[in-house]
Amino acid sequence: MAQALQRALHDSLADDPSVHIMGEDVGALGGVFRITDGLVKEFGEDRVTDTPLAEAGILGTAVGMAMYGLRPVVEMQFDAFAYPAFEQLISHVAKMRNRTRGAMPLPLTIRVPYGGGIGGVEHHSDSSEAYYMATPGLHVVTPATVADAYGLLRASIASDDPVVFLEPKRLYWAKDSWNPAEPMAVDPIGKAVVRRTGRSATLITYGPSVPVCMEAAEAAQAEGWELEVVDLRSLVPFDDETVAASVRRTGRAVVVHESGGFGGPGGEIAARVTERCFHHLEAPVLRVAGFDIPYPPPMLERHHLPGVDRILDAVARLQWEAS
Amino acid sequence: MEQREAYQPTPPPAWKPRTDPAPLLPDAEPHRVLGTEAAGKVDQGLLLRLYEELVRGRRYNAQATALTKQGRLAVYPSSTGQEAAEVAAALVLQEQDWLFPSYRDTLAAVARGLDPVQALTLLRGDWHTGYDPREHRVAPLSTPLATQLPHAVGLAHAARLKGDDVVALAMVGDGGTSEGDFHEALNFAAVWKAPVVFLVQNNGFAISVPLAKQTAAPSLAHKAVGYGMPGRLVDGNDAAAMHEVLSKAVQHARAGSGPVLVEAVTYRLEAHTNADDATRYRGDAEVEAWRAHDPIKLLERELTERGLLDEDRIQRAHDAAEEMAADLRARMNQDPVLDPMDLFTHVYAEQTTQLREQAALLRAELDAENAEHAENDAEAEQ
Repeated sequence: MAQALQRALHDSLADDPSVHIMGEDVGALGGVFRITDGLVKEFGEDRVTDTPLAEAGILGTAVGMAMYGLRPVVEMQFDAFAYPAFEQLISHVAKMRNRTRGAMPLPLTIRVPYGGGIGGVEHHSDSSEAYYMATPGLHVVTPATVADAYGLLRASIASDDPVVFLEPKRLYWAKDSWNPAEPMAVDPIGKAVVRRTGRSATLITYGPSVPVCMEAAEAAQAEGWELEVVDLRSLVPFDDETVAASVRRTGRAVVVHESGGFGGPGGEIAARVTERCFHHLEAPVLRVAGFDIPYPPPMLERHHLPGVDRILDAVARLQWEAS
Repeated sequence: MEQREAYQPTPPPAWKPRTDPAPLLPDAEPHRVLGTEAAGKVDQGLLLRLYEELVRGRRYNAQATALTKQGRLAVYPSSTGQEAAEVAAALVLQEQDWLFPSYRDTLAAVARGLDPVQALTLLRGDWHTGYDPREHRVAPLSTPLATQLPHAVGLAHAARLKGDDVVALAMVGDGGTSEGDFHEALNFAAVWKAPVVFLVQNNGFAISVPLAKQTAAPSLAHKAVGYGMPGRLVDGNDAAAMHEVLSKAVQHARAGSGPVLVEAVTYRLEAHTNADDATRYRGDAEVEAWRAHDPIKLLERELTERGLLDEDRIQRAHDAAEEMAADLRARMNQDPVLDPMDLFTHVYAEQTTQLREQAALLRAELDAENAEHAENDAEAEQ
């Protein structure tokens, strides 16, 4: 996935001279996850800029650059490092188009490596999507596959609106059959996709929890359950249609994500599903989420992250025998 | 036993400061022109232009404050007493340059050529920004403190990358210098050598908190030295000095020599806004002392002594200001026509399905409201 992201940045820089990459360590080092590896050599320091270490400054100057017609792509090194930039994000990035009645859109992309599972110390594993989702004016997308990493990042950079691009950092090293030489599909932002079809229940998920759900669906076959897996890909805008169509088919749904459940994305998703599919539901919409705790230390994180067993337990709790 | 030789590490290369900080340091006293020999060297046309703009600006502040009392403006943070800094900030810029005002700097935006009614949109409450920022190269008035400063840096940097000759002038108050964004903006600008002029209007108070409780720095201009840019201290009530110092700062930035921090020492003669009670935190004597140092009085005295201004010319300046105020009053007294559906129009380039659903809900509510009004009107007619 890391390679696909790097390729997306490369192709965006090559195709559009207004694209600029900026952040701490994105130059010679290629970013702490090497996503910007080699880009400064090819495109120069004016296009790929190592900034001072200051997230509000990075995002705030990117706002000014976007105001002048550039398309900055900002790297926030880790999820929790983005918090100093929240005022810029919420008061300006999300609102500039609206404040100016459409006269001044801000085409900028904010890349945020997020989530746990890589043994990071504290402040390196937060799932911060709920904060972004709660801010009107932002798009929030998160890829789960190598192909989406490329396609969604290209679409985000091409978008005329600000996009928070959440990169599931434990999937950076995920591989699947992707040939970097082949052109990749660039889908519009806002479309969910059914990763696996089934008729017993729908797992609604995104980002780092998608492979976990796929694994759970595989394991569920032994129980005779055919689980459908919906990968949201985009949290804002939310694809109600794809999600509701799936739940209407299966009649049961579990929302799976690793950020905390209370006030988390799952509550919103469960409410939307209930509003649209109430008469099709055979059971309440359940949530399998991270615990409502500050992100745990690395040696305990496996207990916090939703795993296959916890997902299957939830599926079992959907009053299975009733069907 | 043989004594081992003491370990002698190779000493690191001697550390040297990168720049001699002396040229960056502001002078001990704010720079003044009016009432000094230097005033004689200033272009007379410029002095007269400044005078007319100051008179107009003062009238604008008074009219806007009056409009708050009539409920036509939700709020107005007056810059009365600070007109010299406001006007100079606008006049030193070339057409292609950009102004980044704070919420108190409506006057600077107007002096730059913005329609006074459009400039007041935020404060009137009918929308957030009433103009296209690209048209006059005036960024939206910023309500959060100092957050517009990094934008100015980014914009100036972007313009330079494109090879355009653009300087950004960003305005902030004394309170705003305590914000993190002030620091980050100055640091980025200095590192990138971005063509930016930071204008701090030190008007004595951040709402009620005096400068002594805001900073322990010798002056706000001193802060520049730590970033590696020149800091300049200027009498913010001396229009000629403001114009001179800001012009030089803009030239410095335009020449590619990097950013400059200018501190205008001035005073807010009115309260923070019409919602504030300034008598709680400052005495009349202090305000009166500053009234004696009023920017319009200073310039009027200079021009009169030099024989450049007579009663007739003063009257003409006031008449022009009165005309502007009458026009502003008349236009502001018209109720703005608002379309509630606009609430959903500019959130994203393309409306999300969620917003389309909510827009449909509001549409239905509005239709029902209109139908009810029509019914009531029909009943009233019978």
